[in-house]
Amino acid sequence: MQSALLTERKDQVIRNDKTTAVDITCDKDSAAGAISQRACVFCGSRVVLYPIADAVHLVHGPIGCAVYTWDIRGALSSGPELHRLSFSTDIQEIDVIFGGEKKLYNALIELIERHKPKAAFVYSTCIVGIIGDDLESVCKKVTKETGITAIPVQSEGFKGNKRAGYIAACNAMARLVGTGDTSNIPPKSINILGDFNLAGEIWMIRKLYEKIGITVVANITGDGRVDDIRRCHGASLNVVQCSGATMHLANMMKKEYGIPSIRVSYFGIEDMADSIYAVADYFKDEEMKKKAQEVIRQELAEVYPKLQEYKKALHGKKAAIYVGGAFKAFSLVKAFRLLGMDVVMVGSQTGTESEYRELQEITDEGTIIADDSNPLELSSFLKEKDVDIFVGGVNERPIAYKLGVAFCDHNHERKEALAGFTGMLNFAQEVYSSVLSPVWKFMPRKATTQLEQSND
Amino acid sequence: MTKMPKPNYISTTNACKLCKPMGATLAFRGIEGAMPFLHGSQGCATYMRRYIISHFNEPMDIASSSLGEKNAVFGGGPNLKEGLKNVTEKFNPQLIGIATTCLTETIGDDVPMILHQYQSSSKTGCKQPMLVAVSTPSYSGTHMEGFHATVRATINAVTEETVDTEPCSINILPGFVSPADIRHLKEIASDWNIKATILPDISETLDGPALAECELIPHGGTPIESIKKMGSATATVEFGRSVADENSGALLLSEKHSVPCHRLGVPIGLRETDEFFSTLEAITKTPRPTKYSEERGRLIDSFADGHKYVFGKRAIVYGEEDLVIGITSFLAEIGIKPVLCASGGKSGNLKKAINSACGDLLKEEPAIYEGTDFYDIEEMAAGLSPDLLIGHSKGYQLSRKLDVPIIRVGFPIHDRLGGQRILHLGYRGAQYLLDLIANALLTKKQDDSPVGYSYM
Ligand code: SF4
Repeated sequence: MQSALLTERKDQVIRNDKTTAVDITCDKDSAAGAISQRACVFCGSRVVLYPIADAVHLVHGPIGCAVYTWDIRGALSSGPELHRLSFSTDIQEIDVIFGGEKKLYNALIELIERHKPKAAFVYSTCIVGIIGDDLESVCKKVTKETGITAIPVQSEGFKGNKRAGYIAACNAMARLVGTGDTSNIPPKSINILGDFNLAGEIWMIRKLYEKIGITVVANITGDGRVDDIRRCHGASLNVVQCSGATMHLANMMKKEYGIPSIRVSYFGIEDMADSIYAVADYFKDEEMKKKAQEVIRQELAEVYPKLQEYKKALHGKKAAIYVGGAFKAFSLVKAFRLLGMDVVMVGSQTGTESEYRELQEITDEGTIIADDSNPLELSSFLKEKDVDIFVGGVNERPIAYKLGVAFCDHNHERKEALAGFTGMLNFAQEVYSSVLSPVWKFMPRKATTQLEQSND
Repeated sequence: MTKMPKPNYISTTNACKLCKPMGATLAFRGIEGAMPFLHGSQGCATYMRRYIISHFNEPMDIASSSLGEKNAVFGGGPNLKEGLKNVTEKFNPQLIGIATTCLTETIGDDVPMILHQYQSSSKTGCKQPMLVAVSTPSYSGTHMEGFHATVRATINAVTEETVDTEPCSINILPGFVSPADIRHLKEIASDWNIKATILPDISETLDGPALAECELIPHGGTPIESIKKMGSATATVEFGRSVADENSGALLLSEKHSVPCHRLGVPIGLRETDEFFSTLEAITKTPRPTKYSEERGRLIDSFADGHKYVFGKRAIVYGEEDLVIGITSFLAEIGIKPVLCASGGKSGNLKKAINSACGDLLKEEPAIYEGTDFYDIEEMAAGLSPDLLIGHSKGYQLSRKLDVPIIRVGFPIHDRLGGQRILHLGYRGAQYLLDLIANALLTKKQDDSPVGYSYM
């Protein structure tokens, strides 16, 4: 078989041999003509800011950018639902010629009057970068006239990849931080960063923290509110999930307000428990630590026996992982291990070198590690490793199904909560019900390998 | 009557249209051995893939020239060439379909010239794919215009000198219908002994079987050899009353190759299908196979069975203009009252086309709006007390608010299985739609009934 790897991408895929040091190239622009699974700067900022539910999110660009991101994540809100609407200036040829600032201004005024939002985020897209509309000055004007803060998000699609979009989003939020009243925030308080409340996950996590006596000031950004972000600098600690999306904001808050941050993950039992302990440890509060132990004990007692059942059924099955950020991949590797399964391939769209190094450490020998992969490679990995389940996003799903491989959506469109203790159980349940489904028996790929085996 | 859309409407909320390049990629996906290629930044390709995959549940590869900041300033030529080279090497396509985006249209890349340079500098000897380029700036028009323009561009680039007319060979330009629709068209042609070239043909490429091996490019699609010969066909039949002359492939074939053209509505419902069948009868000078007279007879019989349950019901129809026209005309036939026909497209033909398709059947003209979005549709719906919505998945929120059933047709179907298997065309399609609509109304009645009766 011809290699599925483009020559340009040789350095972006390694096979874990446990001895050679990782020397993987990453954060590199996708090769022209490769079918990358990566999106643009705009996409990066849109997905981070999107769950802020009481803000207008106006996409300044042609209709596509807005349509394809309409209600793109299952980010739930406990109140307003402005984030689920798709606002666009729908740039037309005439705006390209004469500039779109006037249209943008009108659109903002119209939408603010119509929806009375707490703030408005205005995203620039490729075309805006080219025609050079001054979003800053339009936003300033609108803010002055309406009293509603309008914030430009510098997210011109071509100015980098998704990761640059995360930074643009953080820069936009940073303008809100520090503008609210913090007087009644208790010392034992945190912000939750980097969870997007898919399928209501942040509600579970908030509850766990509150159970051990912590006040959560702001969810950034799942079930997010503008006013919470305005006062989130009053919290004592930033708890950041995953590496990519909101780390930049945490770093800025550290610099500006001296607020430290810890990185956590809510996926899998170990990591979820660690996330609670880490906060309790930070506050050096014995009472809190005790409560944490108690909470975790209770939760585990609930899910552990059921997980053992799944483990029995799933033992020895093989999994492949391809997700957005590499940090999530760590948790998934551990989660699969908990289910007695082997991870044979792991990759991400936006991992960093140190993250890939860590992946090399925690995975077994022979595991494929890939940065910014594409369908061609992914399908060749699935076949080579004879994978039983593939974890990825919607773009990866048909690759798996075509080849008769079970699939679990662990990306922004999932409708099942996969975080926290209950999330682990849901995850196990989903893996179980997909891997053990009888349908794979009828898939041509399996049928031929079975045939070959019986001929051997 | 309802409120008119505001005359100075300046922002779009929940668009009822998609962008031009999206249509282009869909059309290219229906050509055998073709790879759709977007000349622009990475994001668009990734988004469109995801959008298309969610509907078809099939792999959808779209290559991209992945322009970055430097290219936006200095031009995208080098990336385009690099991308073409990479795609050729890895996928060995027979044809690469290149569509522009807002970015490359605005920075002024001269795509035909770049392609010319690329072709003359590529090594002779190794097989080069055919290149077809289409200009699809995302800031004008909709995906349907992009789709038709692509069909026309393909005909223009691929079709060869006319030789002798082939007896009973007919070109069918179906527009953007479902894979099931295309399969039905093929069946009709084969039952009739017509040698049909259907362009594009997504019946297999976007609705393929499970496979043992992953295909680089999905099999199926209109063979390039057949496209070459389109100029020698007996006639061309093109569906779509909203298609502008400059986007009509049928007109091009008639101008360049003197192939007589028949431009019809999309054959949805009884009368539009009748027109299609009598056109085929006229072209082939043979009567339709009895199978279809029988299907027609059964359809009319079921009209009688179902008429009571649908008569006088009020429907809102939305989506692509041609689908809206076809569905509206079908509703008129069965006694449902279309009260609002809305599309995000702006061909200028919608009103006229609906009136001529529905003819005498409608006592009252429905409200008909082009260039509209779901915000407007919702505003108008409030005063219309509709009994049902007919259109794609994006109307779901509205149907939930209004508490009326939504009949899912067209594209995209993101919240149900089987969007690719919906049959809209022909007597059989009308039969399917009738049952679907009547049963949805019966379900609603049954659910709302305090006793839950068990006979109609
Ligand atoms: S790449 Fe540019 S045009 Fe495409 S979706 Fe992103 S911002 Fe929009």
